[in-house]
Amino acid sequence: MNHAMSANSVSDLHQVSDRLAHNAMRHVSERVIEMLLFAAAAVSVLTTVGIVYVLVSESIHFFQNVPIVDFLTDTQWTPLFDDAHYGIMVLISGTLVSSGVALAVAIPMGTVIAIYLSEFANPKVREVAKPVLELLGGIPTIVFGYFALLIVTPLLQTIFPELPGFSLLSAGLVMGIMIVPYIASLSEDAMRAVPMSMREGSYAMGATKLYTAIHVVVPAAISGLAASYILGISRAVGETMILAVAAGMQPNLTWNPMEPAATITSYIVQVALGDLPHGSIGYQTIFAAGLTLLLITLMFNIAGQWLRRRYREAY
Amino acid sequence: MQTHDKPQLKAEARNLNFYYGEAKALKNINMPIYDKKVTALIGPSGCGKSTYLRSFNRMHDLYPGNRYEGEIRFFPDNTNLLSSDVDPIEVRMRVGMVFQKPNPFPKTIYENVAYGLRVRGEKNKRVLDEKVETALRGAAIWEEVKDRLQELAPNLSGGQQQRLCIARALATDPELLLFDEPTSALDPIATGAIEELVHELKKRVTILIVTHNMQQAARVSDYTAYMYLGEMIEFGKTDEIFIKPQDKRTEDYITGRMG
Repeated sequence: MNHAMSANSVSDLHQVSDRLAHNAMRHVSERVIEMLLFAAAAVSVLTTVGIVYVLVSESIHFFQNVPIVDFLTDTQWTPLFDDAHYGIMVLISGTLVSSGVALAVAIPMGTVIAIYLSEFANPKVREVAKPVLELLGGIPTIVFGYFALLIVTPLLQTIFPELPGFSLLSAGLVMGIMIVPYIASLSEDAMRAVPMSMREGSYAMGATKLYTAIHVVVPAAISGLAASYILGISRAVGETMILAVAAGMQPNLTWNPMEPAATITSYIVQVALGDLPHGSIGYQTIFAAGLTLLLITLMFNIAGQWLRRRYREAY
Repeated sequence: MQTHDKPQLKAEARNLNFYYGEAKALKNINMPIYDKKVTALIGPSGCGKSTYLRSFNRMHDLYPGNRYEGEIRFFPDNTNLLSSDVDPIEVRMRVGMVFQKPNPFPKTIYENVAYGLRVRGEKNKRVLDEKVETALRGAAIWEEVKDRLQELAPNLSGGQQQRLCIARALATDPELLLFDEPTSALDPIATGAIEELVHELKKRVTILIVTHNMQQAARVSDYTAYMYLGEMIEFGKTDEIFIKPQDKRTEDYITGRMG
């Protein structure tokens, strides 16, 4: 065996060169695989770059016609009227109010479900409950939208008779229910990753399950919980169909969830489906709105990354 | 290290059996734990010494399928710690534990030590401050951390973390303190500090310590029990066990022929 691995005599030399050639071949095939993998990774990066490029370049055309100060401070959004106004705050308010309602439902509910599944549920319950919960995340959002419009809104109207047929409240609540599985599932993963030895430390001090969950497990999993909340926020801000169906599409600068309003996303749907001529200012508004949406979610993602780094626990 | 007056009982295992599901892990253990003494549990891996230790604070109750038989009597009140009418939380209020791997909570140093007090409902800031300081002094770590009580505990070194965990257990004045191989994750210097601490602590609290390290058992304990395959083979004063063990199996283990 040793003999074959070294070139002690002249007769061994051709074996050595064979082996080197083989190594070189392997090197080539590894290069090919590496390039294929790189190409796959590059496609997704380039797609992102392309999207950002389109958004930015179209938005630049838009901002050549509409001053950025007006865009940020105007209180009306009427790009399709003769007296056109382009106040993005109108759409941002709808987005923030509906997201706020959704998160007010999804964060507490998702966290409580995660605590239950991770700390209290027996394994049999967990094995059934978690897939069912994740199934909820697979329901198409258009279905949630009709659920909001046809069931939740009438139900809410029995409590608040003055509630209009389209409202941010109804859409936001259903959006919250849609987001619950994401937050619950990710938070539960984060809490289950907390080592048992840490829980035992708390139980050994005489703490109850609930005290341990709140004072040890949740703080230990906080970076994972924060990540799940950020994902929830991004889902809420980017959600489209539920709002398009159930929140009405009229632009309305309001902080009151009982009113109907357009959001950035539902406005984009409305314009993209309409027959506006390409290149018109009205058409370009959707790129400016899309860029705004991208910046909002980017901001939350950066905040999320920072939180993760700040509170990451190493075990 | 030893006194000639007869020591008092702090706890006593009587006909203790323990089952993980169907598997019998402890077989009819009878053993006294003497008050304000250090009792070491030695034996090869899987002999049941940790299982036995964890019976004293009912840690096995946390997992389904575990079952105790027999009694662990706790004195002076002669309570059976294993009785089903005794709440495990009540037991853990009286019996502290330090684990193999330091397991500080992701909280500040101060909050780690105050944890058990807060669990018991203590809210008075002055009382908390005082007890936290006493506990940290008791665990010989006060001088190192007194200026950074508000820093996060997981940032401490391994040896400091373990002493912090001892302080956390001491803060609530336990009657019995369980150590489950407390130095196996530590370097020799940190180990020396913990051993010294154990020696110091027995003035105030009864200690039961599981160790893989026979020199450690010889150094820190007054009494030693040798366990093998879930049975208590031999129990006695530490010097007697190490100098002239009665049982052949004990002798084989401590002389290194087995284990």
